[in-house]
Amino acid sequence: MKAGAPLLLQVQDLRLYFRTTRGAVQAVDGLSFALGHRQALAVLGESGCGKSSLARAILRLLPRNVHTYTGQVFLNGAELMSLNEDRFRREVRWSGISLVAQAAMNSLNPVIKVGEQVMEPLVTHRRLNREEARQRASKALQLVGVPVDFLDRYAFELSGGMRQRVVIAMALVADPPLIIMDEPTSALDVLTQANIMNVLKGIKKEVGSSFLLITHDVATSSELADRIAVMYAGQLVELGDAAGFFPGPLHPYSKKLMTSVPRLRGGSRPEFIPGQPPSLINPSAGCRFAPRCSFRFNRCQEDPPLVEVEPGQWVKCWLYPANSNAGSHAG
Amino acid sequence: MQAEPSLVVRDLHVWFELRRWGFGRAGVVRAVDGVSFSLGPGEAVALVGESGCGKSTLARTVLGLYRPSAGEVVFSGKNLGELRGGEMHGYRSQVGYVQQDPYGALPPFMNVRRILGEPLVINKVSRRSQREPRIREALEEVKLFPVEEFLPKFPHMLSGGQQQRLVIARAMIMKPKLLVADEPVSMLDASVRVEILELLQGLQRLHNLMLLYITHDLSTARYFVERIMVMYAGKIVEQAAVDELLDRPLHPYTRALIAAIPDPDAANAATFQDVPPGEPPNLLHPPSGCRFHPRCPAFIRGLCEVQEPPDFELQPGHLVACWLYQSGLPAS
Repeated sequence: MKAGAPLLLQVQDLRLYFRTTRGAVQAVDGLSFALGHRQALAVLGESGCGKSSLARAILRLLPRNVHTYTGQVFLNGAELMSLNEDRFRREVRWSGISLVAQAAMNSLNPVIKVGEQVMEPLVTHRRLNREEARQRASKALQLVGVPVDFLDRYAFELSGGMRQRVVIAMALVADPPLIIMDEPTSALDVLTQANIMNVLKGIKKEVGSSFLLITHDVATSSELADRIAVMYAGQLVELGDAAGFFPGPLHPYSKKLMTSVPRLRGGSRPEFIPGQPPSLINPSAGCRFAPRCSFRFNRCQEDPPLVEVEPGQWVKCWLYPANSNAGSHAG
Repeated sequence: MQAEPSLVVRDLHVWFELRRWGFGRAGVVRAVDGVSFSLGPGEAVALVGESGCGKSTLARTVLGLYRPSAGEVVFSGKNLGELRGGEMHGYRSQVGYVQQDPYGALPPFMNVRRILGEPLVINKVSRRSQREPRIREALEEVKLFPVEEFLPKFPHMLSGGQQQRLVIARAMIMKPKLLVADEPVSMLDASVRVEILELLQGLQRLHNLMLLYITHDLSTARYFVERIMVMYAGKIVEQAAVDELLDRPLHPYTRALIAAIPDPDAANAATFQDVPPGEPPNLLHPPSGCRFHPRCPAFIRGLCEVQEPPDFELQPGHLVACWLYQSGLPAS
């Protein structure tokens, strides 16, 4: 990790297991990563790999059946896990980290004007009066490209793309340094999706927010991400700069994931990944991707550590010896 | 006429009337508004468009689930509108339907054997001994091995990909001539999508099926069909062979669509995309003239908002409904 000013977000050995009748589901299993200011980290993975649980674990939005919830989360150097629920709610949620949840555009309140809903975090978290809150809300709406007169409309009067913009405005309005977005565009049409990604790029440039973008859509993630984290079966298998990752992913799973993306320009025919991800209840002891991996060898029965193969490029695979500074961008 | 199955859609309109209040009429939604195309034997075609453009309505009309308000659907020389009870039954057994949401499309209380047996029972294959081999064959075709293990399972015991295979097996069980697949992979994970599409393409080639692949995703259409039709606000605005359409898109909407689909590349983050503003129109009150004109970067004032563009055929098989091409291809 780099020295100097504290990183915006640091996550260390974060675990979130859920209790079920058949055993503990290891949804987030020992994740460690960091995110700097004005950075966007995309967390890529298939459904069920634990990426949405990661968002829940960071924001401590837990269901009732929590089995294990351990690890450390630092925001601007301050530890969050030790805060009590009341302080966490007041000091972290929305003012420190906000969330655009999956399909959030469908969870706007149908009987409250959208303007009121955008103002709400300001009134509750920033204790602004209604006049100020309304002004800042209209600013936030302008930033995401929603006409200001929409403040007085209801959610059902807006199209899907406009509702998604409203939800993003809600996440922005209290100026949190970090915004977590869980599949922000996957329910939207192609052109609307491109419009929203333009909005997010603008926010990153102008406001300087950091993003944790959780998605299964590799191509769309490249629109925003500076860094890429790949999750498989509850664990981080690769972490690196977007500039290095997209042309040459290291982990065998990342490579397969990249070849499964159909491309519109050039490129070869997409391929699928044979087999299925393992169950997160009592997963096997070794590398969790080994059963589907074409590079599998004996050592894969042991769990590989996440090692830094090049500065800033981390991978959890026995194929890559730690600290070899040789420029082996395989693939 | 019996020899080669084909599908011809001529000037199809499907309008839905909104509920009336007393004498007042709320209006009609013009979901499909003058669509013509045809599918030759063994041809795979993609219908690409955004949500609400009418592509699913078109699919369901082809399946015989909606009646056209005007125009016709002709399958192997027979007009669907003229089929009587029993004949419609016969038509449906020749058309397979692969739904978008596999879990929603499968009855949760039936096991695999019954799900696949049901269409056979309905089509009067009354003996179990006749049904069983066909059920096994269909499961093998969609690669749900070992068959023995899958037969007693219920839909919730299958993964998303396996459920979609089962839906495909059900669509194939009557040995149809035409397969209509409505967003068959949009609910599935990226890594499974390609697998399902390869399966569909394999079946289509093996049995020389006609395939109508409905999707919002141009990048998958590229690999799995021969021809692409682009639909916008109830109309087909451009159609051409895959490579022709992707290499030389003509309609401003097609161009925007292609430009808006990123390929994974770290350089994307540095630039803003050039996307037309706005959203697709409400089909209750579609714009006058060309329906794309309010968003179009190449809008010709005095023409585009007044008159609807007809189809111009610039190359054999490459049709575009845009006034920019009224006097052929502009010199470039």
